[in-house]
Amino acid sequence: MSEVQVKETGGGGKNKQKKQQLRVDFTPMVDMNMLLITFFMLCSSLLKPETLPINMPSDVDVKEEEKNKARASGAVTLLLGSEDELYYYAGEVTDADYANPDFLIKASWNPEDPNSIRQYLMEKNKGTYEEIQALKKQRQDFPKEMPDSLFRRLSDEIQNKAMKELKIAPTVIIKPSDLSSYKNMVDALDEMLVCNIGAYAVVELTDGDRRLLFDKTKNSNYLTEAEIAQANGQ
Amino acid sequence: MAKAKVKKQSTFIDMTAMSDVTVLLLTFFMLTSTFVQKEPIDVTTPASVSEIKIPETNLLTILVDSKGKIFLSLDNDNDKRATLEAVGADYGITFTPKQLNTFKALEAFGVPIRSMAGFLDLPSDQQDAYMKNLDSQRVGIPAGDVELKDAKGLVASDNEFKRWVAHANEVNDELQIAIKADKTTEYPVVRTVMDDLRKMKKNRYLLITSLKTASSE
Repeated sequence: MSEVQVKETGGGGKNKQKKQQLRVDFTPMVDMNMLLITFFMLCSSLLKPETLPINMPSDVDVKEEEKNKARASGAVTLLLGSEDELYYYAGEVTDADYANPDFLIKASWNPEDPNSIRQYLMEKNKGTYEEIQALKKQRQDFPKEMPDSLFRRLSDEIQNKAMKELKIAPTVIIKPSDLSSYKNMVDALDEMLVCNIGAYAVVELTDGDRRLLFDKTKNSNYLTEAEIAQANGQ
Repeated sequence: MAKAKVKKQSTFIDMTAMSDVTVLLLTFFMLTSTFVQKEPIDVTTPASVSEIKIPETNLLTILVDSKGKIFLSLDNDNDKRATLEAVGADYGITFTPKQLNTFKALEAFGVPIRSMAGFLDLPSDQQDAYMKNLDSQRVGIPAGDVELKDAKGLVASDNEFKRWVAHANEVNDELQIAIKADKTTEYPVVRTVMDDLRKMKKNRYLLITSLKTASSE
């Protein structure tokens, strides 16, 4: 749409000269563009979702994991209970431990809490965590010298070294109970990332673990019906 | 003769610059955004600190809603079609070309294979209504082993979810699996899915999360 504007060039009464100026009116164009922008803003998502890569142990690897567990000093077992509760125990578990509910320690998800799981794991994994933090700082100071791929490789090396050579890194075994939610599992995996734990696995609860959770919380939902009957019989 | 200058003020505003800006914005939005996928269920993913972006192609997304209904989505339409044909063949069901085309247009699908043909024949607004009925047995792909009894009373174990994933993987070797589950999903539901994947020796997969912001830390 164009508009022809007549501009009067004052003066000489009769010999009026008409000067035509061609101006295109962009208002409808702007209207249409605004409409399109609104459409795109409403119908699209700018953010791509993030992903958390996970390597589950295969059936064969589970046995390997059991062997790792035997390496008692390094193992930490997290038990995810009902209503976002979190319990853990360290080291190897024996039958005597299974009978003792105090063996299980309650932890909090909140990192500011003094008995949070993050504090505990960071303490356990201090060497590796500090090395990786130093590496991160180095990357921040000289971002050009350290692309993501190099950073990932170096941090993997630190984790592997701590695990295989120094044998100081803990192996974390995450055992979600039937009463826990998917969020709990992701949160637990997240803690592994934050604390730079190299070796972790999501494993099923054992019967002993369920007994332990029951003894600790007195929540009979952890047990199977047969186990409840047995407990009542005792 | 004195010149009487009559100035006529024009109210015409030059919109050219404004138009430039809007076109720029429009270009920006068109280039950076991806369309929101129409998913049959609303899934709120849990937050995580992981910053790894989701791959754009060769992705099989397993949607799990809070009640445990499972839906699948494949990003490649031709893979989707081939997968449906392969799964249908397992159950002795053949689909008409029209049904296959309808299936190709679906963003996410989650109907047991025996109800699939009937579902695909529905007009699209009725398909949406069908998917809304989440309590129905005929919505969601059955996961976990189901025991089937034939006429002789013999029991055969069948797992439809496994078949879908296995055939999708046959069609496309480079397929990556991503699980997008609601954060309130109970763990046993997720475990069923993960156990099925484990039995297929699929031990590497992605869990779709949203970025944890400083406030939620």
